[in-house]
Amino acid sequence: MTFKIVKPGLATSIQDLGRPGYFHLGIPECGAMDRFSLRAANMLVGNPEDAACLEAVFMGPEIVFTRDASVAVTGAEMPVKVDGEPQKTWTTFTVKAGQSLSFGFLSKGARIYIAVSGGIATEPDLGSRSTYPIGVLGGIEGRPIQEGDELPVGNGALVAEGRSVRDELRRGPGNPAELRVVPGLYWYRLSEAAGKSFFEDTWTVAAEADRMGVRFKGGKPLEFVDREPPFGAGSDPSNIVDGCYSYGSIQVPGGTEPIILHRDAVSGGGYFTLGAVISADMDLIGQLQPNTSVRFVRIEMDEALKARAERKALLQQIREELG
Amino acid sequence: MKTRYTYGGDEHVYVEIGEEMSLDAFFVALSMSNAVRDANIPGVTEICPANSSFQVRFNPDVTAPEDMMARIKELEHQSDQAEKRLSTRIVEVPVYYQDPWTHETVMRFRERHQDPSGTDLDYAARINGYDSVEAFIEAHHSSPWFVSMVGFVAGLPFLYQLVERDKQLQVPKYLSPRTDTPKLTVGYGGCFSCIYSVRGAGGYQMFGITPMPIYDPEQKVSHLKDFMVFFKPGDIVKWKPIDREEYDRIVKEVEAGTYVPRIAEVEFDLEAFNADIPGTNKKLMEALNDV
Repeated sequence: MTFKIVKPGLATSIQDLGRPGYFHLGIPECGAMDRFSLRAANMLVGNPEDAACLEAVFMGPEIVFTRDASVAVTGAEMPVKVDGEPQKTWTTFTVKAGQSLSFGFLSKGARIYIAVSGGIATEPDLGSRSTYPIGVLGGIEGRPIQEGDELPVGNGALVAEGRSVRDELRRGPGNPAELRVVPGLYWYRLSEAAGKSFFEDTWTVAAEADRMGVRFKGGKPLEFVDREPPFGAGSDPSNIVDGCYSYGSIQVPGGTEPIILHRDAVSGGGYFTLGAVISADMDLIGQLQPNTSVRFVRIEMDEALKARAERKALLQQIREELG
Repeated sequence: MKTRYTYGGDEHVYVEIGEEMSLDAFFVALSMSNAVRDANIPGVTEICPANSSFQVRFNPDVTAPEDMMARIKELEHQSDQAEKRLSTRIVEVPVYYQDPWTHETVMRFRERHQDPSGTDLDYAARINGYDSVEAFIEAHHSSPWFVSMVGFVAGLPFLYQLVERDKQLQVPKYLSPRTDTPKLTVGYGGCFSCIYSVRGAGGYQMFGITPMPIYDPEQKVSHLKDFMVFFKPGDIVKWKPIDREEYDRIVKEVEAGTYVPRIAEVEFDLEAFNADIPGTNKKLMEALNDV
């Protein structure tokens, strides 16, 4: 069976849980920006949690099915329609052969995950179907989907309609969104005042936000501790000798606009990083719309691990409730 | 050098060997990241050596962050004892300096450059004290280079010049990054040369282009059939200046699947290098004569 793409949406791409293991060669893990939602979508249609889904940002695609299939849409809030009939998000429904799946206007969040029973079955590259356009890996010939594409879908049994993830178990950013950060990496480069203002100021999500990274504006420029530039680093106070970047790390080129690196991160570069967003909050970044207010919340490692355990427990509860 | 250990969120340990770039720092970073690999610490998912630092990514549910950091710290002493020797390879990379394609891009993004009146090579030659672009190009290709990091994007090598520090070429990056760089551009930023493995954004000065592919996700290119990425940290590179005719010939060979890069196995010993830089370089480059 195949998905026929009638309209692709904005930058709709095939994503799964990614391809760790090649970051030392500059190939990032990729995969769903909001992994929590991708896992939940797969659970709803009876797939393994790492099955490939479509990740659509801001605008949904239009897809015609060639066979009956179970479908679930999670992540952002966007009206879902099957041949024009409204369907619920975070809930399993059936799309029959010849019917079309389409979407209305985004009302909350940024990215939806469309899971289909059997999972999208394109050819994996380096162990993953996730699309990485820069390196031409995964997806369809390494690119986002286009009008006219026919995506292969694996064999999967239909599951009962109406299975749903309760509101209380869904996860998305608040307003203002709060992202928890453990200071570290090159934190010592910041002046004491900059270290404070970074966490006190309210920032807003800039237009430059994609799978590689999200930029923020609006906070006070950050000042650095004076130094003699180390050999090979470059003269700007925000420069370092090119090193590795952590997923979720926050760089602030020139001290002005923070950038958080995400799933398609560049693996290294010459800007200082002040720490990283904790693993539990990476999903939330995938749901930030431009102009959303954001506060960075300073926490310690033990709190980061507690948040990680809470996210895991929430997923486990969904798993148990969906049986 | 004082080794600094820190965390990147709850999934990374970051180890900075030295704040400044040096071959000594690179060797420690490489040997420590090899030691981490050999130690098979449960939960480790990525080990990324860089120029003068390295990073380990791990699952903190398997090994807690402080335990992970403690395990890595234990390996520092072991790497101190390790000989600073490397069994590696020297690769000849043909470069068509002042080619028409990077030149077109150089001119297209002139307003983002420190000196819009000339080319990147004019500027680099001048600020490094060379009388002519030709003399600067000669300085760029006459000594070998060390691949001290692979990354930024897929398969891109950072290269460090194997000469005394006061002879190292240095140029700043563009004032504002370009939105386009031709694939296989030979670039320069800070004290590093690089080869852009794919077309895309970039901030390094552009000197030329190589016809030798270094990244092929389809693995069709003859020397990339085994793996899609050509370079790894520790490789040594010798640039070979070529003209348009040779460039075109190599491009045809690559397309026909008959191109074979010139590669020789070599030993690199850091102490021997520090004791006699010109002599060590001569020996390294001579290894290519037998190919």
